[in-house]
Amino acid sequence: MLRTATAVVAGKTARALARRRGGGSAFPGLVAERIQPRILRQALAGIRGGIVVVSGTNGKTTTTKMLVAVLRAHGRTVFTNPTGSNFTRGVLSEMLPQLPLSGRLASDMVVVELDEAHAMRFIDEVPPTHSLLLNVARDQLDRFAEIDHTADLLARLGTASTEGVVANADDPFIARAGDAVDVPVRWFGLDESIADRLPELTEHDARFDDADTSARPPGPGDARLRPRDERAFDIVFDDQVVGPVTLQQRGLAAMINATAATTTARLLLGDAFDAATTATALGEVRPPFGRGEVIMVDGQPLELVLVKNPAGFGVALSTYGTTPAATMVAINDNDADGRDVSWLYDVSFASLRDRGVALTSGVRAYDMALRLHYDDVATERVVPDLDEALDRFVAAHPDEPKRIFCTYTAMMALRRTLAARHGLAQFGEDGPA
Amino acid sequence: MSTTTLEPAGPSKGTITLVHLYPREMSIYGDRGNTHALASRIRRHGYTAEVVLHDPGDPWRDDAHLFMGGGGQDSGQARVEADLEAIGPSLKAMAADGVPMVVICGMYQLFGNSFHTVTGQVLPGLGILDVTTKGNDKRMVGPVCIETEYGKVVGYENHSGSTVLGAGQEAFGTVLAGYGNNGEDGTEGARSINVIGTYLHGPLLPANPMISDALIAVAAERATGRPFEPEDLDDPLADEARGRQVRRLVRSR
Ligand SMILES: [Zn+2]
Repeated sequence: MLRTATAVVAGKTARALARRRGGGSAFPGLVAERIQPRILRQALAGIRGGIVVVSGTNGKTTTTKMLVAVLRAHGRTVFTNPTGSNFTRGVLSEMLPQLPLSGRLASDMVVVELDEAHAMRFIDEVPPTHSLLLNVARDQLDRFAEIDHTADLLARLGTASTEGVVANADDPFIARAGDAVDVPVRWFGLDESIADRLPELTEHDARFDDADTSARPPGPGDARLRPRDERAFDIVFDDQVVGPVTLQQRGLAAMINATAATTTARLLLGDAFDAATTATALGEVRPPFGRGEVIMVDGQPLELVLVKNPAGFGVALSTYGTTPAATMVAINDNDADGRDVSWLYDVSFASLRDRGVALTSGVRAYDMALRLHYDDVATERVVPDLDEALDRFVAAHPDEPKRIFCTYTAMMALRRTLAARHGLAQFGEDGPA
Repeated sequence: MSTTTLEPAGPSKGTITLVHLYPREMSIYGDRGNTHALASRIRRHGYTAEVVLHDPGDPWRDDAHLFMGGGGQDSGQARVEADLEAIGPSLKAMAADGVPMVVICGMYQLFGNSFHTVTGQVLPGLGILDVTTKGNDKRMVGPVCIETEYGKVVGYENHSGSTVLGAGQEAFGTVLAGYGNNGEDGTEGARSINVIGTYLHGPLLPANPMISDALIAVAAERATGRPFEPEDLDDPLADEARGRQVRRLVRSR
């Protein structure tokens, strides 16, 4: 026990130091873990309401935020990793300030988002009671190399869950993983009436016909997304309907994330689940950083949209493409962006053809302009330097809404500049979730 | 199978048939960008591009003038195995006859003599290129720059297979930055007559249009029976994109 107390104190101290220096969020967790390797397991030993791991390629941060909001609206205390630090030590670092010297976390529930690889490290330490499996798409190729491997990791997360799994009925990889577990599975997906919009959410080149997902009729506790219009939608269970829900975030991807979160919340809450409470809570969730965040610049909205893989860029283009705006695309190829930019050729940019793109920027600005050229999209200017590009973009389009699609490190740089030049408050900096 | 026909802006100098082998199973990491680049360039040179997407089981176009194949995952390779065995002899005969082909990563390996897995299995290849590939635990990943007869070529590699050239087999290029065939002997890819095999994604052709032109020149001649009649094309974006990568990857040269 003393060892645990020492680890907690050392971790808290390291966290305070790291904060003052503006340092990384993994370090305090590392310090605590060195002194007491079992610290995470001990911290979660007293959690009674469920330990939930949210994983998948796209939508982890948004879905986790929504699930936590719904659970809290039902009066539960929930520990989560809100900064999108989706790795095990980051979870521990985030936990330290709330951890008493006993080392036992005093929440009802724990909901953490973890990327596929770190979910494996987490389940080695702590078997989750539940997992929410969102989707499998190509991403971070340098690390995982193959989509089949990513799918395998998610299947292992499902198998490790002791009480229940919530799975995406429309994703063949996830459907296979869900079918393989022994615990109860709840399925979420698109309502039959909008099945034709599935391609907006999935990546065409990784899909094959052999996984028949349409043959799965919704059972008790399963939910389907049924849009009313572009903004409002219902989440339909066999015995009740949550809705109409109107999110602050736009697009089908956010709606399906809300459906996933609601399915999970109902599984966790059981009879305590309330449809009206859920709809209200979902409507109050603010978009996470970089998912359609709007900043006012000289009286005009400027939207920052994070793009990191073909499926995500495709969804972003179809979500935002309906509202025209002056467009800039900023592509970097640092580790956090993904060093390979090949994936830009797996995205169709045809929707930008009519208006064209005002500017491309970032380390791979010319590669992006070349990519657009192959889709017959004209680029007015190529300006690799991000600050210079931002200034020119704002100056050239003073009287209209603006939108910047950007990779992770490009977004971080642009945000800092926007904060400095346009007197914005400091933002919290989320990780590439 | 689906076939798309792209007409040039002016009168057509002839129709070049381009076959993309297994676009669904074997087009990882943007490799379909190569087909896009070839088709668009065929048009800009004033020819009609007939683009055939060949799926497993489709009727085989042994009258085509140009072939492109990309990389795939293990599951993708397994899905094309039977079809590739069926079209293999025809592909091999066409390659020997001088039909231009560009094959990337997984398809490059399949064009070789054999693939030896980590577990000791030996999988036969088509034997179009005299190369042998061994499975590895180490993955070779990162940006690449190579010197070739077309000048400096840039791309991105991501493979665990380690490839060795046979005694008389010519490489596609020599490595200036990156791993190449095996990370040891400084060679990248292989080329025989008009077949280019390489590990370069990126994708390869959009940023390196001189390779597209070399392939199209041969294809045009085969398609029309006349020498290639190119347009004078300007590639400022490709040149700048490539030039910047060369400068980043190859310092002090
Ligand atoms: Zn590859």
